[in-house]
Amino acid sequence: VCSHRVRSCSSIRFIKSKYVCVFDKSALKFSHQQRLFRTSAVSCGQIVQFKLSDIGEGITEVTVKEWYIKEGDSVSQFDSICEVQSDKASVTITSRYDGVIRKLHYSIDDIAFVGKPLVDIEIDASKGVAPEEDVVETPPMSHEEHTHQEIKGHKTLATPAVRRLAMENNIKLSEVVGTGKDNRILKEDILNYLAKQTGAILPPSPKAEIVPPLRKTETVPAAPKDKARKIPVPVSRPIAFSGKDKTEPVTGFQKAMVKTMSAALKIPHFGYCDEIDLTQLVQLREELKPLAELRGVKLSFMPFFIKAASLGLLQYPILNASLDENCQNVTYKASHNIGVAMDTEQGLIVPNVKNVQVCSVFDIAVELNRLQSLGSAGQLGTSDLTGGTFTLSNIGTIGGTYTKPVILPPEVAIGALGKIQVLPRFNGKGEVFKAQIMNVSWSADHRIIDGATMARFSNLWKSYLENPASMLLDLK
Amino acid sequence: MVLQSLKNCLWQSCILRTPKACFWSAASGGLIIQSVSNDVYQNLAVEDWIHDHMDLEKQQVLFLWRNSPAVVIGRHQNPWQECNLRLLRQKNIKLARRRSGGGTVYHDLGNINLTFFTTRKKYERMENLKLVVKALKALRPQLDVHVTDRYDILLDRQYKISGTAAKLGRTSAYHHCTLLCNADKFVLSSVLKSPYKGLKSNATPSVPASVKNLFEEDPSLTSEMLLDAIAKEYATQHQIDHCITVINPADETLLPGISNKTKELQTWEWVYGKTPKFSVSTCLNMAYKDSVLDVKVNMDVKHGRIEVCNIDLPEQWLPPGLYSELVKSLTGSKFCPNETTTLVTTLLRVCPQDDELHSRWNLLCENMIMLM
Repeated sequence: VCSHRVRSCSSIRFIKSKYVCVFDKSALKFSHQQRLFRTSAVSCGQIVQFKLSDIGEGITEVTVKEWYIKEGDSVSQFDSICEVQSDKASVTITSRYDGVIRKLHYSIDDIAFVGKPLVDIEIDASKGVAPEEDVVETPPMSHEEHTHQEIKGHKTLATPAVRRLAMENNIKLSEVVGTGKDNRILKEDILNYLAKQTGAILPPSPKAEIVPPLRKTETVPAAPKDKARKIPVPVSRPIAFSGKDKTEPVTGFQKAMVKTMSAALKIPHFGYCDEIDLTQLVQLREELKPLAELRGVKLSFMPFFIKAASLGLLQYPILNASLDENCQNVTYKASHNIGVAMDTEQGLIVPNVKNVQVCSVFDIAVELNRLQSLGSAGQLGTSDLTGGTFTLSNIGTIGGTYTKPVILPPEVAIGALGKIQVLPRFNGKGEVFKAQIMNVSWSADHRIIDGATMARFSNLWKSYLENPASMLLDLK
Repeated sequence: MVLQSLKNCLWQSCILRTPKACFWSAASGGLIIQSVSNDVYQNLAVEDWIHDHMDLEKQQVLFLWRNSPAVVIGRHQNPWQECNLRLLRQKNIKLARRRSGGGTVYHDLGNINLTFFTTRKKYERMENLKLVVKALKALRPQLDVHVTDRYDILLDRQYKISGTAAKLGRTSAYHHCTLLCNADKFVLSSVLKSPYKGLKSNATPSVPASVKNLFEEDPSLTSEMLLDAIAKEYATQHQIDHCITVINPADETLLPGISNKTKELQTWEWVYGKTPKFSVSTCLNMAYKDSVLDVKVNMDVKHGRIEVCNIDLPEQWLPPGLYSELVKSLTGSKFCPNETTTLVTTLLRVCPQDDELHSRWNLLCENMIMLM
């Protein structure tokens, strides 16, 4: 029979203070001895019924709302077990023991009673420390000892399971950064520390960026705060890194992308790339930008690229066509609905500007502004995202020069624009001048489009952009 | 009333759960702090931070905060059941899920929030609410305000001006409540009305109540006056100086780990994914050509994702292969209009290019998206 004393909330702090000790082997043995507070013979794996403790305010029953663990899970002392609710109060119930969950006494939405068993926990028997003459009473940690630890500036909180793990791996707890509550060292922290030792590459975990306020003597890891190197920080995900592979199902939008991209790669692609001198266009845009701003519109380069593409499609309508499933018929689309690839939190989405053939550059800019703000707010509608006939992807805003874009079915062509770089070029007189150069990479469906068509379209598009005034001749 | 920066009052000694005596006199038992931010996520993160890191044994804390327009649902609630999500998105009103229980509230700058932090032992909601009523009466003795046994504060015996919720952890607890000073009642009532039909769930339902602003009772009252009155009463009861310390929820050095807490509160997984399992059972009335189709839809949503999806379409209305493709893609997908829009429009790329088919697909999908 386990004769552990029934402790009320006020003495939980007492339990906690047992684990506040400087880590060295003698202390570890001491703390192991402290845990065996049974009078009778120790049996491994004793099952204890953890009862729901008093909530306060005279409350006798609560509703179980969420389980954080399931039967078979290992828990450490102070891990969250479940969330219960009583009359507008949400209560987090934490484990009093280290062990393995053997039984949950309630399901979600059941009423649980204060004082009745909540879960059954099989208590961890300390491995390798089982002689029966072990200490029965736990010697209290005196306040002086407690303060002594603070004066050293050294406070390592960790459960026995974590301490064991550290000991087994010859790790000094004082060298591990704790990321748990009160800077407690968790299993994950030991694993992270180990991985660093072996040189394994870890993605930055959200928890690892917490700088514990206590550690004034240790150097703070420079990486998260290093502003000198502008290395893109990976987006932090809500799932904490735990040192194991994590498998997730492919769902929703990702699933649809898998299907689309698999279909896309069945199209025989060929590529065609070129370099565009945007020096004149850059100047023109600088002049027009303030005019557009007066009208409340942000003018980027995309409206020019899009309009030039539409003018090109008027001459080469096969690039604005669609091939049916059996490759029996080609449909020449009347509208130039030019898609603009957008990178959002979810991934790649491609809204399109409808009927570019009858839009001015300014109209296109207005529509792009609208699509961009809806896109970033996650509020694009189905009509914005369907009906595209041709696509441009401005990957250059992120970076890159030449790329190999993938055609988005049911379209037959796509263009990817690299970043604008300032490079030296020769002019007509053989002099070197500063040119604003952008690379374009086209991909087209080789079943109905040949290289010559693509090349001629590209040349026409390029001529419009290199000499913007020529666009005026053909604008409808 | 004195406002001081947090650095002046040995903040560090208070947060390390040490038995060190606090800076103020031995009898002192309180600290009053006010947030400079109006961002609901940042302010909720401060609550989490204090709950997790502060030693409340020696001193209790009163946290004062206000938010720009936001709807805040309780820990175990269903946002689809509680508010008009479409309207929220249109009006750019934020949606947050707090960690305490209770019902849904609308916040704007005309509503003040008070959080009373204590140790778990000293958790006592009635006392806190009586403190608020006492402060109100000290400010305006003619106000008819009292606390009900449901922990609401009523004005003139009928209008709710304050709602309460609480969170209890292992060693600490907090009780927070709202106070309506001058909130926009029109927006409040329109956003807290859910248009979604056919929802069945065990999520905690909100109890609707008639509300009134204190400003309507007495136009000379402002949020600042109310905050000050409550702080004064708290200071008196805890025998501390009547000084309010301002706190910036974005300050990572002062509150290490706060930005992670703020981020977590904004994730889809927390706001929507923590919704208890629910089912949607409704009928779409789709006007197609000259007739109206009644399409029964049944969906089970768990962790905010569609677990099961059944759409009862007339036979051959959509080619069977396409229908099963739609259902397969929706299963496991987030119950979210944006996710569904991008999903169905992407799938359309690999459908046969038939205008009739496309218009049916778009019609069905747009109706489905309206459910979310």
